Amino acid sequence: MRRYFVVNGFDGALTMLGLLTGFHLSGNIALEVVIGACLGAAVALGVSGLSSAYLSESAERRRALAELESAMVADLSDSAHGVAARLLPLLVAIVNGMAPLLMSLIIITPLWLARNGVMLPLPPLPSAIAIAFLCIFGLGIFLGRVGRTSWLWSGLKTLLVALITVLIILVL
Amino acid sequence: MVLLKRLVLDILKPHHPSVLDFGRLLAEQGESQVRLTVLEMDDKTETLQVIVEGPDIDFDLLQAAITEFGASLHSIDEVEVVSEPEPRA
Repeated sequence: MRRYFVVNGFDGALTMLGLLTGFHLSGNIALEVVIGACLGAAVALGVSGLSSAYLSESAERRRALAELESAMVADLSDSAHGVAARLLPLLVAIVNGMAPLLMSLIIITPLWLARNGVMLPLPPLPSAIAIAFLCIFGLGIFLGRVGRTSWLWSGLKTLLVALITVLIILVL
Repeated sequence: MVLLKRLVLDILKPHHPSVLDFGRLLAEQGESQVRLTVLEMDDKTETLQVIVEGPDIDFDLLQAAITEFGASLHSIDEVEVVSEPEPRA
């Protein structure tokens, strides 16, 4: 579950970072357009994560249950294994879909705030890009804690991935 | 009144829950002492001999728990029952 959260959260954060960097480099683009594009991408990432995880996970669980039923020579659909095979794909799908969606919504929050007249210390796009870097660093810290390694080193590694992404976009 | 005091069961179960958890789960089904012995270990399953001892074992409850945890009861190998006089009102 943690793996799904990190992998898809990272997907969401990097996608937003890429979009925001692209918009920032493109010059004077209306905030509504940026919010609309980012929101569209966020929803698409959420639905994609939800549906792909549900379809793949339920197929895997069904297969594992069928193999177990074959070994047990019994119908396990009413057992704890059967219930788990039905419920776990749903749970995994929710985590997989919500992680990139939530991550994206957090990252584009400065854009909404700016559109609603809230004063930010930085212009809206750089603010959102900074939040994206913070989220990616946070995911790295989380990974470091999960792997019981240095949280700082783990955070810096994910931050480096984000910087390389931005550099590639700048070069293009 | 006939009381079921001891049962020896032959059970096939998946590797999960573990023998330790499975024993705990069975013991939770009533006031009983449960002893499990792994007789055979296969790729996806294990065969257990389960000895249940208690003042009055509820077999239906035990069987429902075995099924719920994905295991299946292959045979009842030993039964010990005791007949006691009905308590007077």
